[in-house]
Amino acid sequence: MHEILGMIPSILMMASPILIAAMGGLVSERSGVVNIALEGLMGIGAFTAATVHVLMEPSSGLSVWYALAAATAAGLVVSVVHAFASVSLNADQVISGTGINLLSTGGTVFLCQVIFHQERTEPFQLGMMPSWGGIYPTAWVALFAIVGTWYILYRRPFGFRLRACGEHPQAAASAGINVKAMRYFGVLASGALAGLAGACLVLTETIQYTMYTVNGAGFIALAAVSFGRWTPGGVGGASLLFGSAVALAISMVNISGLRILPTEFFSILPYVITLVTLIIFSGKDHAPAAVGLPYEKGGS
Amino acid sequence: MTGTSRLPTEGPAMPRTFLDAFINSNGALSILVVLLGFACGTLIIMAVGRNPAGLYLALLQTLTGFNATTGVWNARYVGEWLTAAMPLILCGMSMGFAARTGLFNIGAEGQYIVGLTAAQFVALYAPPFFGAEWVVCLLAAAAAGAFWGGLVGWLRARFSVSEVVATIMLNYIAFFLSRYLTRLIPDANTYRTPNFPGAAIIPRWFIDDLTNHSRLSAGIFVVLACVILYWLVLERTKLGFELRATGLNRTAAGYAGIGVNRCFTTSMGIAGAFAGLAGAIVALGSFSYGRVIGGYDNYGFNGIAVALVGNSTAGGTLLSGLLFGMLSSAQPLMQSRQIPKEIAWIISGLVVVLVSLRAGIRLVIAWRAKVAAARSLAEREAAGA
Repeated sequence: MHEILGMIPSILMMASPILIAAMGGLVSERSGVVNIALEGLMGIGAFTAATVHVLMEPSSGLSVWYALAAATAAGLVVSVVHAFASVSLNADQVISGTGINLLSTGGTVFLCQVIFHQERTEPFQLGMMPSWGGIYPTAWVALFAIVGTWYILYRRPFGFRLRACGEHPQAAASAGINVKAMRYFGVLASGALAGLAGACLVLTETIQYTMYTVNGAGFIALAAVSFGRWTPGGVGGASLLFGSAVALAISMVNISGLRILPTEFFSILPYVITLVTLIIFSGKDHAPAAVGLPYEKGGS
Repeated sequence: MTGTSRLPTEGPAMPRTFLDAFINSNGALSILVVLLGFACGTLIIMAVGRNPAGLYLALLQTLTGFNATTGVWNARYVGEWLTAAMPLILCGMSMGFAARTGLFNIGAEGQYIVGLTAAQFVALYAPPFFGAEWVVCLLAAAAAGAFWGGLVGWLRARFSVSEVVATIMLNYIAFFLSRYLTRLIPDANTYRTPNFPGAAIIPRWFIDDLTNHSRLSAGIFVVLACVILYWLVLERTKLGFELRATGLNRTAAGYAGIGVNRCFTTSMGIAGAFAGLAGAIVALGSFSYGRVIGGYDNYGFNGIAVALVGNSTAGGTLLSGLLFGMLSSAQPLMQSRQIPKEIAWIISGLVVVLVSLRAGIRLVIAWRAKVAAARSLAEREAAGA
């Protein structure tokens, strides 16, 4: 039991980036746009944060925070492509998301080659420093993300309108809501949060950006949105669960009771749980009704 | 198009201008998109102060084997190009076949891994089969891929589980399962198994001499057979007609008495078989031992781009598979010419983003045509008044 308690900081470290990116995915999907590019946007955020941090580290004590801000901005800017394709041009949302994912790996490693003349960023000396109890400040960022998302989506008229665009865009439009603007907000918010999530990941879990840094965390976040049934609390819980599974897969060799299981058991867990829950709860569809569908004015 | 002759001919209005014809042709738009992708890639290379000629010299060397810098010709580069193209064409067909039935198969990567793993196991453990064990391995890989893909189709049909989420999950499950199972093989270490028996390796026959000992295997004939099969099944059979009808409008297909749910499972099964074959061709064509995979080989994900550019047709997928194969096998040649090899991935990614904007190009053209028509109408009215 003591071993499990001792793992709490590392569970929170693993879960925070997943949770932050999942909140982005949640906002985007509630507005009606699937953002399969979370993985690629996290990569772009992670690369930006690692680069800004390693370049500013010698000169500024606040470089970690500049890195977080820059990563958020980078994620936001790149997600404009996805928003433009899927909202303005009514293109297939999965295709433009896939394009960003492909572009992210190539683009970030290419920039590493240009800036650092190698396939990864230079390692930084110190990442983010853990605060009280060995818990990284990213946990507080994650907490803020979940509370903020809940407040905006469920306690503000704005969030009510945004959710309407994901359920029935035609009805929302007839009530005077600008559906395209709402969906732009959803996608850009998810881009910013995914960029921030990538930064949190690279600054706490590792010391440099490589093309394997994100390694599926964005897809796990996407799964957390489905598993958490498109509510902030559910998605937060799912992210914590998936984060624990990832942390257990890494540190289970230290826990005597779990050593008999293969490491792959915990690695596989988030994906199997998601698939099984999707099957079990298949009778009732919790997804926003209009998610993935383009909205055209005058369409029925 | 003759396969659709049983449908009433509604067809688009006759193109009035060359521009209309161009915009209405998927093939022409694909070529435009690829050229735009290359143009952006060239600009990016120039922006970082390198000479883009290196990119095109590397591509020339991949295509023809001719090194323009040294004047030396070596057919091995052509062989390596086709070797890289084989799994891309098959994974592209996996994505494309499902797309023609209206499904988005992101799972080619997982189906590829399952096929690769099955082929490795059969290669190491299968009893002798007339000295052609590799044929059995290929069949086993196709079957395993078909199961992994068909499972998604069945989940979609039976439980309406989104095939996008399900395939992403199954990609990771396949990856970790493959690692776990392959390491159970006696004498396997953390990255490889013992060598395959000779008869399990796909033969090279005359190809070996022809391409100066490249890694190209007889798998290339399997790939070509699959391309023909893809075309035959989709365009020339009742099953293909039903699948395409489901893809075009599943409600209408349902009313016409087509078993839409059965179509989902069948289509994803066939798609998975293509990707599974790709896994076997890489495992037994390019390697002499089983691999404990350490990461995705990415053929499945790049297959998405291949199918999108090839418009999910047999010929288009073949051509775009060759294109993306050329990009990936030219990477080391780019690096030796001071071009960062990641530019190949950037061009692939750009092409996919541009494909998604393709719908937008059509919208803009249609809008401009509408504006022009309104203006000429207004002019005519003004002239009449």
